[in-house]
Amino acid sequence: MKKLLIALVAFLPSLVFASGAAIHLDKANYDLTDKASLQNGAKLFMNYCSACHSTAHQRYQRVATDLGIPDQLMKDNLIFTNSKIGELMKNSMDKKDAAKWFGNAPLDLTLEARLRGPDWIYTYLRSFYKDPNRPFGVNNVVFKDVGMPHVLEELQGIPTAIIETHVDEQGVEHHTVVGLESSGTGEMSSDEYDRAVLDLVNFLVYSGEPNKLERQSLGFWVIGFLIILFVLSYLLKKEYWRDIH
Amino acid sequence: MLKKLVMDGIDWIDTRIPMTETWNKHLAQYPTPVNFNFWYFFGSLAMLVLVNQLLTGIWLTMHYNPSAEGAFASIEYIMRDVPYGWLLRYMHSTGASAFFVVIYLHMFRGLIYGSYQKPRELIWIFGMLIFLVLMAEAFMGYLLPWGQMSFWGAQVIISLFGAIPVIGDDLTLWIRGDYVISGATLNRFFALHVVALPLALVALVFLHIVALHEVGSNNPDGVEIKQKKGSASEEAKGKFTFHKQYSGKKDIIDAIPFHPYFTVKDIMGVSAFLICFAAVIFFIPEGGGFFLEPPNFEAANGLKTPAHIAPVWYYTPYYAILRAIPDKLIGVVFFGGSIAILFLLPWLDRCKVKSIRYRSWIHKLNITQFIICFIVLGVLGALPATPLYTLIAQIASVGYFGFFIALFLYSKNEKTKPLPTRLTH
Amino acid sequence: MSNAPVNSGRRKFLTLTTGVVGGIGAAAVAVPFVKSWSPSEKAKAAGAPVSVDISKIQPGQLIRVEWRGKPVWVVSRTPTVIEELATLDSKLRDPESKEPQQPEYAKNAGRSLKPDLFLAVGICTHLGCSPTYLPDSFNEQVEGVESGFFCPCHGSKFDMAGRVFQNVPAPLNLVIPPHYYVDETNILIGVDKGDA
Repeated sequence: MKKLLIALVAFLPSLVFASGAAIHLDKANYDLTDKASLQNGAKLFMNYCSACHSTAHQRYQRVATDLGIPDQLMKDNLIFTNSKIGELMKNSMDKKDAAKWFGNAPLDLTLEARLRGPDWIYTYLRSFYKDPNRPFGVNNVVFKDVGMPHVLEELQGIPTAIIETHVDEQGVEHHTVVGLESSGTGEMSSDEYDRAVLDLVNFLVYSGEPNKLERQSLGFWVIGFLIILFVLSYLLKKEYWRDIH
Repeated sequence: MLKKLVMDGIDWIDTRIPMTETWNKHLAQYPTPVNFNFWYFFGSLAMLVLVNQLLTGIWLTMHYNPSAEGAFASIEYIMRDVPYGWLLRYMHSTGASAFFVVIYLHMFRGLIYGSYQKPRELIWIFGMLIFLVLMAEAFMGYLLPWGQMSFWGAQVIISLFGAIPVIGDDLTLWIRGDYVISGATLNRFFALHVVALPLALVALVFLHIVALHEVGSNNPDGVEIKQKKGSASEEAKGKFTFHKQYSGKKDIIDAIPFHPYFTVKDIMGVSAFLICFAAVIFFIPEGGGFFLEPPNFEAANGLKTPAHIAPVWYYTPYYAILRAIPDKLIGVVFFGGSIAILFLLPWLDRCKVKSIRYRSWIHKLNITQFIICFIVLGVLGALPATPLYTLIAQIASVGYFGFFIALFLYSKNEKTKPLPTRLTH
Repeated sequence: MSNAPVNSGRRKFLTLTTGVVGGIGAAAVAVPFVKSWSPSEKAKAAGAPVSVDISKIQPGQLIRVEWRGKPVWVVSRTPTVIEELATLDSKLRDPESKEPQQPEYAKNAGRSLKPDLFLAVGICTHLGCSPTYLPDSFNEQVEGVESGFFCPCHGSKFDMAGRVFQNVPAPLNLVIPPHYYVDETNILIGVDKGDA
C-alpha cells in the first residue's frame, strides 16, 4: 500500500508539468522589504500608468503608510486626482470613453500581480517592439496585438524586433520574434530600465496583497506556538495512554 | 466551598436536562475500539473545520456585499480595509480546501476498513449526504467572490443541467433567475450558502453521529467490539466501565472510553493539523493556484472567458469523468453517476468481512486501482483537455466505475482470511 | 467514576499546561474576530477630519457640518449671548464643565477656543436626538433666557455653550469635538492641533 502511494506521488509531477507554458518569462526578483524600490515603483506607476489604470481597491493612505511616504508628500506628488488621502485610488477616466479609445476600458491593476504573476508583468513591460501595423505603433512579444501604447517609451525607447522568418512545407511564412534590439532613444540604459520595471513590478506585487509581509511574520509566531501545543499534547496523550499499553 | 457550588450547579442542571448523562453516554463512558490508527483522526478534524467554516463564514458575511456590483470590491475591502479581514478570509478559503482534504481521507478510511457495511449503512448514507451538501456549499460559495473563475465555473456547472432532456433549458434559466449568471443568481446562492446549506450540514452531521453512536464505531480490524452478553472473559472486557446503554445488553471487549483517551489523542491530531492549516493560511494561501485560482483575481466579466477553466481541485475527478465522455447528456449522467454510485457502496459490497486486512488480494488490488484512477482523474480534471489526456481520462473512468462493478461481482464469494477473535494492537 | 485515571503529578501538570496553552491559543484566535468589528479603513477615511470655512458666518447664525456622520454645529455668538452665558450658573447642572465632555482647551466659560464662536456635536447627551437651535424663542423653555438649544425628543435644554440645564433628562453637557483653527477663517474638526 505504502509503496503504491510513493509510486503515485512520483508519477504526479510528470503529469502536471506536461502542460508547460509556451512563452518564456523572465524571473522578477522583486523584494517587498525594499522600501526605496517600492517608492520608486509607486512613483513610476502614478506617473506612467495611473492616467489610464486605477488601483481602485487600494487607498492612498495605506500606500503612504506602508511605503513610508509622508502624507503631505503623497498628496503633493502622487495624487493626481482631487481625491482625499483616505480615498480609493480610482482614476478620472470615463470607462465608456476609454472603451472607445482603446477598444476595451483599461483594467484595474490592483490585483494584476496576483492575476498574471510578477514574472509576466516584468517580461511584458520589457517586450514592447516597433510595429507600424498596429494602431499605437507597437506590439508586444508576451501579449500579441496589445491594445495599449508603450507608455514607458520615454524611458526605454522603442526596441526593434529581430524577426526570424520560417517557411513551412505548405510554403506559408511564419514570423517569430527571436530578440529585441534597443533603439537607444530612451532616457535609461537597458539595465536601468530593467531596474525601473522591477520597481514597478514590486509595487504591483505590494498592491496585490499589501499585508503579505505582516501575514508571513504573524505566521512564524502562530506556527511556533502550534508546535509547542503539539509537543505538549503529544506528551499528554502519551501520559494518558500509559493506562492502556 | 467552590467545589460544592459547582456540584450543586451541575445537579441543578441535571435535574432539568440530562447533561452529565449525555456526557457519560457519548464521551466519558462511550466505548471506543482501542486499535484506532492514523486514519481515525479525520472525523474529529472534519468537525473542527466545520466549526472554522461556520465562524469565519459568519464573520465574513458581516463585511461582504452580496451584489453583482459590489461583491468583488467587497472581498478586496475585507482583504485590505477590515482589521484582520484578510486572516478571516484566508481561514475560510483555506478551510474549504481543508474540508475536502479531511473528508476525502475520512471516506478513504471508511472504504478500506468497510465502515459502510452492515450495520453501518445509514452512517455511510448520512456521510454521503454531508459530502453532497458540502459540494453544493462549496460550489455556491465559490460564486460569491464574483471573480472570473467564480462566474465561468458556475456557468459551466449550471449548464450541465441543460443536458437534461425536455426541461433542461428551462431548468438552467430557473436556477440562474436570468439569461446569464447575474446578481439574481449571486443573491440566491448567497442565501443558500450562508443559511440553508449550513443548517442542512449541521443537521446531517448530528444525524451522522447519532447513527454512529447507536451502532458503535468500526475499527481497523473490522471486528465488532460488542459481543453476546456473558461470552467475553473479564480480561477481554478490561478495566473500564461503560454506560449501561452499551454494556447492559452486550459484552464490550477491547474498548476504552472516548474521554479522556481519544480526547487527548484528537487534541494531538488537531494540533498537528493546525500546523499544516496555518502553514497554508500564512505562507501559501493561494495553494499554488489550487485553493485560490489566479483568474479569480479579475472581476467577473460575462463577455470574456478565461483561457483555461478548471474547477477547484476537489471537483476535478468528477469533472474529468464528465469531459471524458464525448456526449453532453451521457457525460452528465456519468458525472452524476460517479457520485450516486458511492451511495450504493454498502449494498454493492456483499462480503461479510469488513477490513481490508482480512480480505482477498483481488479486493486490495481493486481498491488500489480505484484510488489511482481517482487521483489520475483529479489531476486530469485540472489540466486542459488534449486527445491523450482524454484517452487517459476514459481509461481512468472505466477504472472508477469498474471498481464498483467488480466489487459487486467478487465480494459475494470472496476468499477472505480468518478474523481474529480480539482486536490487534 | 471508575474511569477516572490514576492522577499522577505528571498527568496533572501536563493536563494543566496543555489546557493553559490551548486556552491562550483559543483567546488568540478570538482576536481577529473581535478586532474585525473595529472601524475599517473605509469608515476611518469617511470619518476623517473635516474643514469648515467660517468667513461668511453671520452673527447669531448656526451652520451644520457633517463629521463622522454626526452634525457638528458652528454658531456665531453675539455679545448679548456671551454676556447672558455668565448669568446662568445657578440653573445649570455642570456650569464649570467638570465632566470630560470637551477637550482641555475648551474647558472655559464659553466652552470654546474663541468666545464669539461656539462649536459642538449637535447630539443630545440623553438618547441621541439632535436638539433644535432657538436663537430668540428660548424664553418659552427657560424663563429669562433668550437663546439656547431644545431637544424635541425628551425636552432637554442646553445653553449657548452647550451646557445642560437642571431638571431635564440629559445628564451631561454637549460634546465639544477636537478641533483647531488652521487660520483665521478655517477650522479643522476631528483632530487636535499638532495631531494632524
